[in-house]
Amino acid sequence: MKDEISREERVDNLKGMGCSRKRVEDARFTQGKGNYVDDVKLDGMLFGDFVRSPYAHANIKSIDTEAALKVPGVVAVLTAADLEPLGLHWMPTLAGDKQMVLADGKVLYQGQEVAYVIAEDRYAAADGIEAVEVEYEELQVVVDPFEALKSDVILRPDTVDENGKAVDGAHGPRNHPNHIFTWEAGDKDPTEEVIANAEIVAEEEMYYHRTHPCPLETCGCVASMDKVNGKLTLWGTFQAPHAIRTIVSLISGIEEHNIRVISPDIGGGFGNKVGAYPGYVCSVVASIVTGKPVKWIEDRMDNLMTTAFARDYWMKGKISATPEGKITGLHCHVTADHGGFDACADPTKFPAGFMNICTGSYDIPTAYLAVDGVYTNKAPGGVSYRCSFRVTEAVYFIERMIEVLAIKLDMDAAELRRINFIKKEQFPYKAALGWEYDSGDYHTAWDKALKTVDYDGLRAEQAQRVEDFKAGKTRKLMGVGLSFFTEIVGAGPVKNCDILGMGMFDSCEIRIHPTGSAIARLGTISQGQGHATTFAQILATEIGLSADSITIEEGDTDTAPYGLGTYGSRSTPVAGAAAAMVGRKIRAKAQMIAAYLLEVHDDDVEFDVDRFVVKGAPERFKTMKDIAFAAYNQAIPGIEPGLEAVSYYDPPNMTYPFGAYVCVMDIDVDTGVTDIRRFYALDDCGTRINPMVIEGQIHGGLTEALAVALGQEIAYDEMGNCKTGTLMDFFLPTAWEVPNYETDYTVTPSPHHPIGAKGVGESPHVGGVPCFSNAVQDAFRAFGLTHTNMPHDHWRIWKTANELGLHD
Amino acid sequence: MIPAAFDYYRPKDMEAVLSILVEHGDDARVMAGGHSLIPMMKLRMADVPHLIDLQDVPDLSDIVVSADSIKIGAMVTQAELIDNAELTKAAPILREAALQIADPQVRYMGTIGGNVANGDPGNDMPGLMQCLDATFHLVGPDGTRDVAARDFYEAAYMTDREDDEVLTGVTIPTPQGGYAYEKQKRKIGDYATAAAAVQIVKDGDTCTFASVAMTNLSDTPIYSADAVEALVGTTVDDAAIKAAIAAMLEDIDPSEDNRGPIAFKNHVAGVILRRTIERAWSRA
Repeated sequence: MKDEISREERVDNLKGMGCSRKRVEDARFTQGKGNYVDDVKLDGMLFGDFVRSPYAHANIKSIDTEAALKVPGVVAVLTAADLEPLGLHWMPTLAGDKQMVLADGKVLYQGQEVAYVIAEDRYAAADGIEAVEVEYEELQVVVDPFEALKSDVILRPDTVDENGKAVDGAHGPRNHPNHIFTWEAGDKDPTEEVIANAEIVAEEEMYYHRTHPCPLETCGCVASMDKVNGKLTLWGTFQAPHAIRTIVSLISGIEEHNIRVISPDIGGGFGNKVGAYPGYVCSVVASIVTGKPVKWIEDRMDNLMTTAFARDYWMKGKISATPEGKITGLHCHVTADHGGFDACADPTKFPAGFMNICTGSYDIPTAYLAVDGVYTNKAPGGVSYRCSFRVTEAVYFIERMIEVLAIKLDMDAAELRRINFIKKEQFPYKAALGWEYDSGDYHTAWDKALKTVDYDGLRAEQAQRVEDFKAGKTRKLMGVGLSFFTEIVGAGPVKNCDILGMGMFDSCEIRIHPTGSAIARLGTISQGQGHATTFAQILATEIGLSADSITIEEGDTDTAPYGLGTYGSRSTPVAGAAAAMVGRKIRAKAQMIAAYLLEVHDDDVEFDVDRFVVKGAPERFKTMKDIAFAAYNQAIPGIEPGLEAVSYYDPPNMTYPFGAYVCVMDIDVDTGVTDIRRFYALDDCGTRINPMVIEGQIHGGLTEALAVALGQEIAYDEMGNCKTGTLMDFFLPTAWEVPNYETDYTVTPSPHHPIGAKGVGESPHVGGVPCFSNAVQDAFRAFGLTHTNMPHDHWRIWKTANELGLHD
Repeated sequence: MIPAAFDYYRPKDMEAVLSILVEHGDDARVMAGGHSLIPMMKLRMADVPHLIDLQDVPDLSDIVVSADSIKIGAMVTQAELIDNAELTKAAPILREAALQIADPQVRYMGTIGGNVANGDPGNDMPGLMQCLDATFHLVGPDGTRDVAARDFYEAAYMTDREDDEVLTGVTIPTPQGGYAYEKQKRKIGDYATAAAAVQIVKDGDTCTFASVAMTNLSDTPIYSADAVEALVGTTVDDAAIKAAIAAMLEDIDPSEDNRGPIAFKNHVAGVILRRTIERAWSRA
């Protein structure tokens, strides 16, 4: 049989790894044919919504629901008293703490859920909420975590003994009723000794402000309890649907096979949709109580004010070096404001996430990190907003400390990075705080970045600008922001990564149809990442069937194999690896079938793009389509019919993507207005599956980084009132605010990942935040600025200029 | 974000509008584009049991440009202001300012009447109308009356308009000389941190006429007569601009919000006014 097309064409036809295949999701999304949770409409469906606390800290004296129950359309009102007999007035958090589902005697933050009104539609629910009368007794509010650790005000009476003394928490001893945990990594005494004896020590305190992932689609769910067959179906905005099923089963007592969790299309998650929220529990209870489906959908204010925030880390650093700039030690202490409950979504053994990646991309021999978690009267959360667990905090910390050290040494910050990078030959590299970096080539990436932007030219231009400014010729300063980041993603190895005891492996199951197309299902769930596009590409290359012939399905726990979901850039490192491995299982069986069909020994055929060929005789082959048909329809001795497989992948290590970013910014010192002239992003995410999807990820992550660095915050006043509850005040950039991004790459594959991929979705955010921030800070370096906190919005930049005397 | 229940009316003429207003007093509100009122209702900060949509009321959507004045109906949208070539020729500052209001989607719905009548200190048109010395036309059960834009605003959301009156349009004398509208904002869609509207006439090297108004720096728009006085008769040199800024700062009374503290707002108000004057003067 003559093959009519070339091998190259056969490769192209696969649309496998490395090709910029167009996203298969977009036809649906751009035509309004997505199916989000709020699109789920069931017969007789009710709508639930919350009475929320206007106070940040108050006792609840009474809740009167009588008037609400008289509002037309209101069906029922749930309070903690109704949930208590079911044991559901509190629920476990992913961080080992517990959280009130509905206010149990008191409220701990503004917007906390107090009662759940169930009505025939959301309008009646809103009227019902207005009619619920709650009598509050205001308590002293504690919004400052440092004050919380000294305060006599006990926020959580449930965590102290009868003498008011803190009992041990999920992460060990607690030293104050408002203290949650102390978590340490590295070597305290040796680090302190190195720093005490160092010739050069730079110190800085920095606050990584509270912000919010703010997905365009808010959180929500539809719970439907079928009382006839005893099955609960729960649609929702879940970044981890299988974990949600297990948690629902554990807390409700419903057997897991009777629970079906479905994540339909999700309009962005960014960490906000990992945890479990009171809305889910109340909706499930409401459906059980009423026998009808119950929908709960947050509005924007609910989302910003109550479901998981990100950051709120007070970081204090010391970094020591030789006079030549070789770093000798790093010390970091974090006071972490977790709000009223510890509802982070970190692996159990890591209450501060992977903050211990804070030695960054540098060969730092000695380091120590301690993190103290604190309760305050703010909304709970502390999730990883477009980053792996606390990795943005870690990278921001080290990339600021490097800049501060460069100032102390009076050295160029690019050069300081260069002389401290972990060298290519040091990988796999064991870092002082415990992690083993899989692979990297930092010098190559750094040199490429600096050369592309003409770094020396930028510095010369900047020096001229400073002169012009001093001469009164301009009122604009120029900042050159640098960042070099190493992430730790792809959680993770089950030996050290679990959430509430659930191991953080992931999975892929594939079923090849007789005519040579396939359906594959994974334990992850896309929220916009393009899994249906890219996972099909991995499988296409591994199996030899076109990506266009492979349907990807995720999010339905009745059909998909168990996995821990999508966050922390884990989909490609973990589920992507499972996809590659399942493809190899298919290929192993296909090889036996091909050998049988070609009447040769198994070892005498080899895989070639889309077929098995007889070694040395490429004209003798069976395509994967031939093999699939034969697998089902030909009796092959010793081989079961069918062609399907499942793979559960427990990664041997994390992956460590890295990158080099440069931002060039002009700053109007009189108004604080910034203008980003140039942004260059070089990313190394190992093997690149779809360059176009990668570029989209980079653009999105950089835009969220810009938002966080330049203005996006969740701010509270001293009474615990949230001041940024709408998109008027919470900065969500549009096309107008976003600069042009130049993207670039190097490729350093992960040695332990089956296809060498490392994950990319969060790199631009992790690298972008310090890059934008460093650009602002660098602009003022010539005028004596060492550090100023984000967000760098107009007035804070103006304040910096003002304090440096630039307005005189 | 769900408003309390309300009755919706869509009368066909002004008479019907007024009769509903008379019947329900301050329980009734008229709505033009709805882009100020509806969000307030959704936040349940405005309780409007009777909402009167003006869309079907005739004769509120015209732009009439004549030799020495311009009349704009209350229901003219910002988008229509931007797209009207004749208007742009006669009063280019209107287009320059309207382009800085919110975003295109809002501008397709938001109207000049709603923008000036609501009394929101963040809105851009009230300050601009004061700069242009506009007259607002009101109709009520006792007939029509006119109020100068500079006399209309009393406090945030408090205006000279009575509850049973409707603002039907504005008339501005055709502006003369150079113009500029400068607005500093945090992002698209935001209200001003500080904004300034300036019209200025140059005769030879001398300023013979000026008008200065500021937005979102007090609980009402601020027309600064003293800033005008500081400019007229000068060559608009640095000293004159400084004097105008100093005068303006005496008139404004900004409050702290998420955009920044008072000192910052005062500083930016000065910077913005300087830029506005300089740009208007360069066009004069």
